[in-house]
Amino acid sequence: MAYIDPHIHMVSRTTDDYQRMAQAGCVAITEPAFWAGFDRSSVQGFFDYYRQLTDTEPKRAANYGIKHHCWLCINPKEAEDVGFAREVISIIPDFLDCKNVLGIGEIGLNNNSKNELIILEEQLALAERLNQLVLVHTPHLEDKLKGTTLIMDAIENTSLDPNRVLIDHVEEHTVHAVLNRGFWAGMTLYPDTKCTPQRAADIIEMHGTERLWINSAGDWGPSDPLAVPKCRLELASRGHSKSLINTISYDNPLSFLSQSGKFSVE
Amino acid sequence: MTKKEIVDQYFLEHRAKVLDIAAFLDRIDRSGETDADFRIDALMRCIKELQSEKEGRTERILSILSDHTTEPIDHAGMKGACGAVPPPS
Repeated sequence: MAYIDPHIHMVSRTTDDYQRMAQAGCVAITEPAFWAGFDRSSVQGFFDYYRQLTDTEPKRAANYGIKHHCWLCINPKEAEDVGFAREVISIIPDFLDCKNVLGIGEIGLNNNSKNELIILEEQLALAERLNQLVLVHTPHLEDKLKGTTLIMDAIENTSLDPNRVLIDHVEEHTVHAVLNRGFWAGMTLYPDTKCTPQRAADIIEMHGTERLWINSAGDWGPSDPLAVPKCRLELASRGHSKSLINTISYDNPLSFLSQSGKFSVE
Repeated sequence: MTKKEIVDQYFLEHRAKVLDIAAFLDRIDRSGETDADFRIDALMRCIKELQSEKEGRTERILSILSDHTTEPIDHAGMKGACGAVPPPS
């Protein structure tokens, strides 16, 4: 069965990963702009990164029959310097018309600081002004609960439709509030720091599949680009139907992402 | 799934995880250092929560490990999240 990995950082992965993902049934991915493991020293660094996301990666993915899409932003970890972040934000609109750009993301918070919140609000305003979909990064570990609430409050201060916003990296202590407030929710399947495939399956059993998706968020850290098919296998081993598995790993990403008018699996 | 099916499928995996925690704590003991670490203190509170007979342990443990303040901090520090809430500095 075909699947979509709606959050993976292929700039950090090898071509072998594209091959293994294709062999496992991956037909499309979306790649949010993120922290590359080091702080970039210039706006030009981001310009080149956006070129990589809009030009180079789609070609790498196409070699394996995978459709590549992306999201653009300055990530929260590099948003503490407000002046620098604003310079980066100023170049984003030039890329939004690229055919594989789906919206603004992954914006959000990292350490839940005042400056991160200012830049989050400014990027939400950009999405609002240009009618873009939004993909949200929620903070790590002990900062997630507080950050998720701050982020949802900030979004609710805009006119953005929650049905056009996906809040990612939810876990057991945040998923309920995210869904209750009308947003889409993403579960990231990580070996240590987010949801395991088993816990994601538990959350699906407790909350159902409505407005929920799974992703690998594979990147340069401990992560697994095949986490989505592993979660599908976990669900199958528990006796869940092909229909449910397809809903969480194909139909739901397709529904949310198609709101951009640019998402395609072919 | 029935209770027996769940236990059959997952018992060995979680038996191994409990042994990993025990070995981790033994490793710390063998270091010979007895000063407190907030992360281990938090872990021990989580282990206590495991003994609860009420469903919802995962969410309650995540709550133990979460920052419950509500205001943004003044400045982002250089250090990343560590998995438990550090004591006020």
